[in-house]
Amino acid sequence: MGEQEKTITLVEAVTQALAFELAINPEVVVFGQDIGANGGVFRATDGLQERFGAARVLDTPLAETMIAGVAVGMATQGLRPVAEFQFMGFIYPGLDHILSHAARMRNRTRGRLSCPIVYRAPYGGGIHAPEHHSESTEAIFAHIPGLRVVVPSSPARAYGLLLASIRDPDPVLFLEPKRIYRAAKQPVPDDGEALPLDRAFVLREGHDLTLVAWGASVKETLEAAEQLSAGGIEAEVIDPATLKPLDIHTIIDSLEKTRRCVVVHEAARFGGLGAEIAAQIQEYAFDVLDAPVQRVTGYDTVMPYYQLEGAYLPGVERILAGAHNALEYSRSGPSSSRSESALNGGATQP
Amino acid sequence: MHKPRLQLQASFDIAHLQYLDNQGKATQPLPEFATPDWLTHCYRQMQLARLVDDRAVKLQRTGRLGTYPSTLGQEAIGIATGNALDADDVYCPYYRETGALLERGVTIEEILAIWGGDERGQNFQHSPNDLPICIPIATQMLHAVGVAFALKQRHQQEGAPLQAAVASSGEGATSKGDFYEAMNLAGVWKLPVVFVVNNNQWAISVPRHGQTATQTIAQKAVAAGIPALQVDGNDIVAVAWAVRDALQRARSGEGPALIEAISYRLCDHTTADDASRYRSAEALEQAWQWEPIQRLDRHLREQGLWSDAKQQDLDRELAATMEAALGNWHARVPEPVTAMFDHLYAQLPEGLYEQYDQLRDEQQQGADA
Ligand SMILES: Cc1ncc(C[n+]2csc(CCOP(=O)(O)OP(=O)(O)O)c2C)c(N)n1
Ligand SMILES: [Mg+2]
Repeated sequence: MGEQEKTITLVEAVTQALAFELAINPEVVVFGQDIGANGGVFRATDGLQERFGAARVLDTPLAETMIAGVAVGMATQGLRPVAEFQFMGFIYPGLDHILSHAARMRNRTRGRLSCPIVYRAPYGGGIHAPEHHSESTEAIFAHIPGLRVVVPSSPARAYGLLLASIRDPDPVLFLEPKRIYRAAKQPVPDDGEALPLDRAFVLREGHDLTLVAWGASVKETLEAAEQLSAGGIEAEVIDPATLKPLDIHTIIDSLEKTRRCVVVHEAARFGGLGAEIAAQIQEYAFDVLDAPVQRVTGYDTVMPYYQLEGAYLPGVERILAGAHNALEYSRSGPSSSRSESALNGGATQP
Repeated sequence: MHKPRLQLQASFDIAHLQYLDNQGKATQPLPEFATPDWLTHCYRQMQLARLVDDRAVKLQRTGRLGTYPSTLGQEAIGIATGNALDADDVYCPYYRETGALLERGVTIEEILAIWGGDERGQNFQHSPNDLPICIPIATQMLHAVGVAFALKQRHQQEGAPLQAAVASSGEGATSKGDFYEAMNLAGVWKLPVVFVVNNNQWAISVPRHGQTATQTIAQKAVAAGIPALQVDGNDIVAVAWAVRDALQRARSGEGPALIEAISYRLCDHTTADDASRYRSAEALEQAWQWEPIQRLDRHLREQGLWSDAKQQDLDRELAATMEAALGNWHARVPEPVTAMFDHLYAQLPEGLYEQYDQLRDEQQQGADA
């Protein structure tokens, strides 16, 4: 039991899942920049090359197009590549292969070939990193048909969802919220038990309001829920975990109780996944809504350098404000959720 | 087994340039530009770069600066490159370029601002056409080619003197498609652009031989049909000659060039890195034997151009320069948070006014609370 009850961080859970799968599945290969002797810049692959050898855990030259593209070739021949991009901000050269090949191979060959690839990348802000190291652009990838986008928000979900992603027959972009890589520890038994993909997790039950969040924002969202609870409001908190495809049913089930919803994400607002979730909610549950779906998001700005990132990231205060907008909305009342002055063109020109 | 007869179609040579050996001894007569004044200027600037790096790393260690990439051991490349550029040339730097930026007139305060999480640092006051430092690896090389196209067009259409673009990078960057694509186009269009590669032997933890099976980085230019030279990157005279020569050819319409400058990263990759995880202490110790400042120091002393007294004066002068810069940097008024909207578009679109107001109000409430 002792080994099984080890208390670990999210990044250690990633390592644990990679090690488990490398050990049981000879088809798994892990590669990326600095993942060998260095163990990855966040240490997510710490010790793996030593343990499984440089033939299965490989440092690549510095080229993301190559990383994304060779994974496609490997996967078509039955390997299970797990490729690391050092930061989400450096995936883009690989986009051609992810979008035009990995996500389409099955369809293009009518099922003859497939791409069971996991592309991993640390993502998100809040660690005072340099430029290009803090973005959240999950919506760009969620837009790609044929691709799964998965984001864990706890050590246990990192372990279970990464196992599931590696075992999944289709390509997965697995985004690791680096702000909470080491934020919390939790016992994660190394039992090889995967968690289901395409299923949302209800992290907290409540009947007054539904808060939807993923990745690092789950932390502030749970904090906001605690504060609301102190004021007698019980929020249900849902982590979709798989962002694409989206388990809208769990959200709708919750809304049937709560009738009010706030979606929280670090990513920019315009075309962010909050928009997709709100659209699906109004398609499936227009009649149960007592208030417009609120979005609490990053601004539609370039992710700022770290001096201003605190002002950019949605914190507890902003989530609470969004919650109150949802709770206090009434159809006839004066407090429309979207600022009327803005819609009337009354906002000041800066 | 049948062996066909083959005819040689192409072959190539890669030359290596050095003026000052490890001991600071001239291995051949120095070029004319290497006057005593020029040599002592370069020596001062290398010392300044080393001091800025040292203070920046310390500021990071005490939580006052973000991640910082030092140029320790590679100062000759940046100083020689920055020094060779004309004011009207355009520099497209990568991130490890404290020395070159100082030579371009970028202030210490600006450099600290960049790594201290303040975008204003990229608003280079003294080199307004230069590109900001570039973090997505190798992308700046393509930008430099576009810059060179613009410079050439300006020359042809407006009769302005032909100026050149220079892109810097590490050797790891030469694994990326952008690098090959940039050289290829520069060759086809015969553009005035010079690529300077700091081959410091490491790309974070990946050593040079884990990056490419090629014998030299310089020969990568051969495939693009552009001239290449390998230089001792810790010999500032050699780097300077190579960059000046390539620039002069570029400015006279002879097209692009690649320079591979061999050096060694004596520091961690950045302050976020711990090189002892992947690099032996012996390798590091050895590399210290041929670092560029000591080499030039030996040469200057041998020539009677340097002394302990001069060194003491210089140390005092540089310390005062650094203190003044730190003072200015500490005194900077933080940007208002709404600055994140101010330069998004030439004019903020109306659709963003609401977000702008929300951010400003939040900030105001935070300040009132
Ligand atoms: C496209 C891209 N991928 C990955 C990174 C992360 N990264 C930053 S520096 C670096 C190594 C660069 O090595 P090299 O080109 O040799 O330059 P050096 O840092 O050694 O000067 C890596 C992988 C990045 N900045 N951009
Ligand atoms: Mg390097």
